[in-house]
Amino acid sequence: MDSVRSDRASGSRIPVALKILIAGGFGVGKTTMVGSVSEIRPLQTEEILTGAEGADDVSGVEGKTTTTVTMDFGRITITEDLQLYLFGTPGQDRFWFLWDELSQGALGAVVLADTRRLADCFPSIDYFEQRGTPFVVAVNTFDAENRFGPDAVARALDLDPGVPVVSFDARDQVAARNVLIELVEYVARRQYAGASA
Amino acid sequence: MDQDAGPVVRPYAMTQGRVAPSGGDFDLVAFVVATVPDLASGIQLQPEHHAIVAAAWEPISVVELASHLDLSIGVIRVLLGDLRSAGLISLYEPPAATQPHDVDVLKAVVNGLRAL
Repeated sequence: MDSVRSDRASGSRIPVALKILIAGGFGVGKTTMVGSVSEIRPLQTEEILTGAEGADDVSGVEGKTTTTVTMDFGRITITEDLQLYLFGTPGQDRFWFLWDELSQGALGAVVLADTRRLADCFPSIDYFEQRGTPFVVAVNTFDAENRFGPDAVARALDLDPGVPVVSFDARDQVAARNVLIELVEYVARRQYAGASA
Repeated sequence: MDQDAGPVVRPYAMTQGRVAPSGGDFDLVAFVVATVPDLASGIQLQPEHHAIVAAAWEPISVVELASHLDLSIGVIRVLLGDLRSAGLISLYEPPAATQPHDVDVLKAVVNGLRAL
């Protein structure tokens, strides 16, 4: 494991950080989940879009040259040398380019689903399937009504066989942590299958 | 009313309008660590550069640095590029994206999460 690096005479060890994305529709509990498992109060960071990204056609609104996107993130220290960063992805589709940056090198993603608005997680699932980013679907059951079993959700979302679907309460630290364990074990299984194929 | 007018200093003013860091881009979870006290340097530093060097005496990720100093990701990248060019910080990239994650690392993550 080459996750130990050091620098300077002082011998500060440089940790390795892994990224996990928390995705899903608006108001499904992304920030709640980051907050449940993060060891630090979830922090925010901003990316300011300028004309340089070429993302928006500003003709007609030339006065508006910047847009601010806010990302929530949290951190879990696994060992002195290994940290996990959780990023709540910005919800709107027009910020896909930020997702590209976030998913670059990411360990995997958790797609949060609300069974009353299941279609809200389609864009996230399409995105990760196309990029080949491993993901699990976690149904947030903060509202006890309207529960469907994992099998029904997997069918409704037309998931590839093997993609884990779990139910959890995003406010519950242990439950949220178990979703992350599910994801990492899934990533390891995929890797093992890929290596032996 | 003041908020409607937007920030007093436009965000990219402190980078002289530059939007890309010199010497190439780096990841949000790359680690930054200051290499030498910045008074040894001959280059012209802005207060934000000094703040970064001070905050990076212990290794810190790019995204946390941006959050702590209340600078946008794009701005802090340009400033970090300056500091890297001046030899005042080192940047450590996370393992390459294309490289599969080490199974030992994955096991360590699972064990670490279980221990929470």
